[in-house]
Amino acid sequence: MNDFIAARSQMALSLGFHIVFSCIGMVMPFFMAVAHYMWLKTDRAVYKNVTKAWSKGVAIFFATGAVSGTVLSFELGLLWPEFMKHAGPIFGMPFSLEGTAFFIEAIALGFFLYGWDRFNKWFHWFTGVIVGVSGLASGILVVAANAWMNSPAGFDFADGKYLNIDPVKAMFNDAWFSQALHMTIAAFVATGFAVAGIHALMILKGKNVLFHTRSFQIAAIFGCAAALVQPFSGDISAKDVARRQPAKLAAMEAHFHTERSASLIVGGIPDEENKKVDYALKLPGFLSFLAHGDFKSEVKGLDQIPAENHPPVAITHYAFQIMVGMGTAMMLISALYFTALWKKKKWLESKWLLRLFVAATPLGFIAVEAGWTVTEVGRQPWIINGIMRTADAVTPMPGIAYSFYLFTAVYVSLACVVVFMLYRQIKMVGKLYDKPQS
Amino acid sequence: MLYVVITFLWTSILLYLLLGGADYGAGIIELFTSRRNKEITRKTLYSAIGPIWEANHMWLIIAIVILFVGFPVIYSMMSVYLHIPLTIMLLGIIARGTAFTFRHYDAVVDDMQHIYNTIFAISSFITPFFLGIIAGSAVSGHIDPKADTFLSAYIFSWLHWFAVAVGLFTVSICGFLASVYLIGEADDDQSRLRFAHKAQFFNIAAVICGILVFIAAYLENVPLMEWVFGNWVGRIAIISATLSLVWMWYLLYQGKIKLLRVLAGFQVTMILLTTTYRHFPNIVILKGGGYLSLMEHAGQEKTMQSLGLALLIGSVFILPALFYLIYSFQKNPLKYSERH
Repeated sequence: MNDFIAARSQMALSLGFHIVFSCIGMVMPFFMAVAHYMWLKTDRAVYKNVTKAWSKGVAIFFATGAVSGTVLSFELGLLWPEFMKHAGPIFGMPFSLEGTAFFIEAIALGFFLYGWDRFNKWFHWFTGVIVGVSGLASGILVVAANAWMNSPAGFDFADGKYLNIDPVKAMFNDAWFSQALHMTIAAFVATGFAVAGIHALMILKGKNVLFHTRSFQIAAIFGCAAALVQPFSGDISAKDVARRQPAKLAAMEAHFHTERSASLIVGGIPDEENKKVDYALKLPGFLSFLAHGDFKSEVKGLDQIPAENHPPVAITHYAFQIMVGMGTAMMLISALYFTALWKKKKWLESKWLLRLFVAATPLGFIAVEAGWTVTEVGRQPWIINGIMRTADAVTPMPGIAYSFYLFTAVYVSLACVVVFMLYRQIKMVGKLYDKPQS
Repeated sequence: MLYVVITFLWTSILLYLLLGGADYGAGIIELFTSRRNKEITRKTLYSAIGPIWEANHMWLIIAIVILFVGFPVIYSMMSVYLHIPLTIMLLGIIARGTAFTFRHYDAVVDDMQHIYNTIFAISSFITPFFLGIIAGSAVSGHIDPKADTFLSAYIFSWLHWFAVAVGLFTVSICGFLASVYLIGEADDDQSRLRFAHKAQFFNIAAVICGILVFIAAYLENVPLMEWVFGNWVGRIAIISATLSLVWMWYLLYQGKIKLLRVLAGFQVTMILLTTTYRHFPNIVILKGGGYLSLMEHAGQEKTMQSLGLALLIGSVFILPALFYLIYSFQKNPLKYSERH
């Protein structure tokens, strides 16, 4: 494995690992806040038990997310020193604010986790809300920094020099809003479906049914509501990418030739050599509509972009298909769930709906990973779109492959331990949180 | 604004050394505690740092963000030449943070606890050791931008006696800070006495390691003597630190907990002051006499302004909340003994 590929793989691994924990860390506090609120209002013990059980999970995920995030702030320099040398002062604003948000989150979490029966109950509840709000702010700020790499702004680039730096303009670059919106909603979808799926499984198994039903409801409502709005934010993102990064859009859609009334390509196997897609379903005009809101408009294909600036087409295309596929599946499940809530109460007691949720447990996180792959791989070969190539940013130190193997081993074992601990948490629900009244 | 940013950088390094250091130290103490007393030590440690440990480690993030936003050349230079110790330190941070959380939150208490404990204690030692190595390497003059072999560029930049001695010194300081802190957090007189003994132990270790640092500096041609004793600030700081040490030993068994903590914090602050004052604003000293200066390598004006502002605004939110957190979870024997 050459050093450049190793550095990219290590970065992908670290971010792919961190993204799961940060999504859970920023969304779960809101689920907890709802359960906690219900307990304070209704005084029904089950809500307190749910809050406490969830808070244990959050502590585990937050700690893992915090350390993997710390690692990332160093890895940026360890793997991409040339990038950070120039980019740091420009896109640093969201990072310096994120430092504050993350700090507040850690403080609030201390209050929340250890504050049971110590503080005024509403103050205690409020600290839980602060955990969520500052976590959300952290997420948005980090995504704004990533958006800058897609849509560099706030400086003039001349003769290889970065002049007239304006960090505020850099933060509010063209892509920050669409990316932050899409990612935030995605975090709610992914966490909502993952949590709902686990609790659905426990209901089906007939264990602590009331406890798991209440948990399921909170998670499912959040997840499903988010899944229903996500297509709209996806549309904003698609139009934005079409405008700013035609190469990325072309790769997402394996759109090789510039044309009017371009077809939307669903599935298929891109053949990069012969510039065609085999076995795909083609919907004529739909790509033009998605990209520009007009069935007849022209969509730039890869043929208009110099070959050395092409992103890897197959990976980007597959990842995009996976993301959209998972998103659609979850949207349909959500539609069923809300129909059940409003019109068909009987469905709520049926097993098939719960089974559907169990099956959908991993879909949200698969979609998150796939969507993130689209953003990052679709930007290649650039680390700063149109300004600096990823290959020029990599560290001169040889032997990065070993570092990659090491981090892979660490993150794989860490993931195993977290899953193992989660399994134990769930297994112990009946003994620790939802005790039979004595 | 540049000075505001530099003040924040120095302060967050100091706070990381004090708070994060005490945090690491708690794990180091566990490593150096006899099996008989481990369980009680663990309990005290958990109740003392449980609520604040996440916050203690945020100072490192603040410092690193200041460095990569405000002084990107210095950040990327260190990232390249100190890649290996930085990576080891990061693995230590991962291992320690997760092991600490896992051992408390694992729903089933069984043999896994033993694994968590071992990982926690060992990584509590390794992480500050490598932090010390990194700090020592930065000023040792071993980083060589003209190096042309793997060994001279990426290994000997940090693998030398001076850095190793600074690493050991950092570890003993962490242990010392933690034992002084834990005296006030212990539940009974016997534990208090044990932590007082530990404080003495780590204090002696720190003095020995400090002497080692000077010897290593002499061997490696690091002008440490000149930095420390060549100016009034250094001389006054070292003398007052030493005097306060004598005072502290006298107080160690008298239960003046707050004063003890202040003195321990004061000593560490003085050590950081002397070692950074003389070569300020050069925070990285290169082979052949070159250096990286905070003044020369600061970002453009607008960057420094927005960074300074973000830090000022941030501290308005962070500091009161942090003080209230630490204040709320201070030892309160009546309430606390029944919890967890």
